[in-house]
Amino acid sequence: MARNQITTTDEFVKGLWRDNPVFVQVLGLCPALAVSNTAINALTMGLATSFVLVMSGISVSALRNFIPREARIVSYICIIASFVTAVDYVIQAISLELHRSLGAFIALIVVNCLILGRAEAFASKNSLGRAVLDGLGMGVGFTFALLWIGVVREILGSGSLFGFSLFPGSFQTWTVMVLPSGGFFAMAMWLLIVDWIKAREAATERTIEEVTP
Amino acid sequence: MNDASHWSIFINAALINNFVLAYFLGLCPFFGVSAKLETAVRMGGAVSFVMLVASVCAYSINLLLDAINAPYLRIISYILVIASTVQLVEMLLKKLSPATFRAMGIYLPLITTNCAIFGLALFQTNRGYGFTRAFVYALGAGAGFALALVLMAGVREKLDLANVPALVKGTPAALIVAGILSMSFMGFAGLGR
Repeated sequence: MARNQITTTDEFVKGLWRDNPVFVQVLGLCPALAVSNTAINALTMGLATSFVLVMSGISVSALRNFIPREARIVSYICIIASFVTAVDYVIQAISLELHRSLGAFIALIVVNCLILGRAEAFASKNSLGRAVLDGLGMGVGFTFALLWIGVVREILGSGSLFGFSLFPGSFQTWTVMVLPSGGFFAMAMWLLIVDWIKAREAATERTIEEVTP
Repeated sequence: MNDASHWSIFINAALINNFVLAYFLGLCPFFGVSAKLETAVRMGGAVSFVMLVASVCAYSINLLLDAINAPYLRIISYILVIASTVQLVEMLLKKLSPATFRAMGIYLPLITTNCAIFGLALFQTNRGYGFTRAFVYALGAGAGFALALVLMAGVREKLDLANVPALVKGTPAALIVAGILSMSFMGFAGLGR
């Protein structure tokens, strides 16, 4: 498909499934695994990252004609770091407890390769509107991916969801899921599921092509 | 000020709270460069080296920011100063010791803004380590990273010869191996406080 034929809705939707940042592009793994031990942590991290993604997309796209090519990466990092500092202080103001449980990982959004990747690969080459849609799509895709990992880990690891207990007391929790290794296992499981669905989709398309010559 | 002993800081950073397997920092190079044992060793060396540089940088920046009372500039100044210092060291290395540069030079640009490096700078600040403690912390973190990378590369070289289902091959298999490694590192939890 040619670049200019991509519709504006597609710009948004592609981040949700086809080019999902976590499950398909496997970008931004560090925060995806580190803070997804409970669903609420995963949700906060996803929203914070989405905010930085959209705002840096807007800034980079608006300034794309003024930033010299040689200094572009440094400029992008400055822009991203400013928004991350803002998010860090906002979360600290809203809930100190949440800020403490996320630890340094809010500040670490600045080195999330997803954000710099979108700034370099998309926002620096496209108009403001498209950059916003792309940022929103990728942000929502990232948040959902984190939430799925977080939900699995919290249900299996603590037997609860968003802090509410789900099972009767006899449920034996899988402690390993809240520990770091659980992050690797939950991520591997989701990757397998996504890969399996994609492989099936591809197989169906091939059969349709064979039937209708 | 933190007054933990140097030895316990080292063990803590290298084994108990291993940067890759417990904090999930630096996963990109961990999965990207762990296919071959030889490159893994070089990458481990390069990361340890950059960690030392970053630790010294972060310590000095923190002193400066405290002096002018501007903690909100921390994130932006850390990342810029660390990235440019690594570039500078890279040029120096190229001039002074071309052999060392050839051994780990190609990895240096890749890891300047790696999350393990940036995370180290943030953690040492949050914990209030002094100069020597920060240095030992960086040594431990680097050693832990190199250890995890080398172990992973060893397992993956064997895994290449094993009969793995096509769907699992690649990233999912690497993730599962990392999960098991991480689980075994949990055995170190009793070592320190």
